[in-house]
Amino acid sequence: MEQMKYTFNVEKDDFVLAGQASSNIKKLLRQLGIDSGIIRRLAIATYEAEINIVIHSLGGCIELEIDPSYIRVIAADRGPGIEDIDLAMQEGYSTATDKAREMGFGAGMGLPNMKRNSDRFYVRSEKGKGTVITIEMALKAGA
Amino acid sequence: MKVREIAEALNAEILCGFDGLDTEISCAFGSDLMSDVLAFVKGKTVLLTGLINQQVIRTAEMADLSAIVFVRGKKPEEDIIRLAQENNIIVLLTRDTLYSASGKLYARGLAGIQLD
Repeated sequence: MEQMKYTFNVEKDDFVLAGQASSNIKKLLRQLGIDSGIIRRLAIATYEAEINIVIHSLGGCIELEIDPSYIRVIAADRGPGIEDIDLAMQEGYSTATDKAREMGFGAGMGLPNMKRNSDRFYVRSEKGKGTVITIEMALKAGA
Repeated sequence: MKVREIAEALNAEILCGFDGLDTEISCAFGSDLMSDVLAFVKGKTVLLTGLINQQVIRTAEMADLSAIVFVRGKKPEEDIIRLAQENNIIVLLTRDTLYSASGKLYARGLAGIQLD
């Protein structure tokens, strides 16, 4: 299998289309015959990242990179960034809008849940510029 | 417990997923908070919720949930049902409240999920 790359755009405040990028990614990985447990964890982490872009940013994109030894999802947005990443990683801490809460989100579980469902997880954020979240799943032991 | 038995216990209308009524469900989770569904639910689970929007279906899709029961008689729009259909998720609708529906299923032996 060669390395493959895909990019999906994510619009801010679009709560109808939110989740479509994650859904496409999930279906793509299923077609490739990736282990269903790995797909499930990656789908949850990617969806949380996608919802965060919809809620908190001015828009962004999700990149999927599939390599024989790993799958990497990079969710990058333009926006205010995360003021205090350590605080945002705490379960229950949330700055979500009322609209996000109406849709069933904003419980302050997003970032910790992304980390829990990733083999490797990185957050990089610059105030006033945006946030880049990287989620990696190993496909082979030691990858 | 089969989805068919859940539908009978809750006197529920089947909105989509007629093919999947014999699907085995091993536990249930009741919440209007999708963040918690994503954080806590694993395996062959039915979600009971009073929240009606596309993200409930997306959440079920991502977490590999087999079925959703919409409670309090809140019927979702057609496009929401269509999204569930596309993703092979069974959708039921009951007039019971979240509390009553949960109680009926629990009394019939359907367990809640175990938190780690």
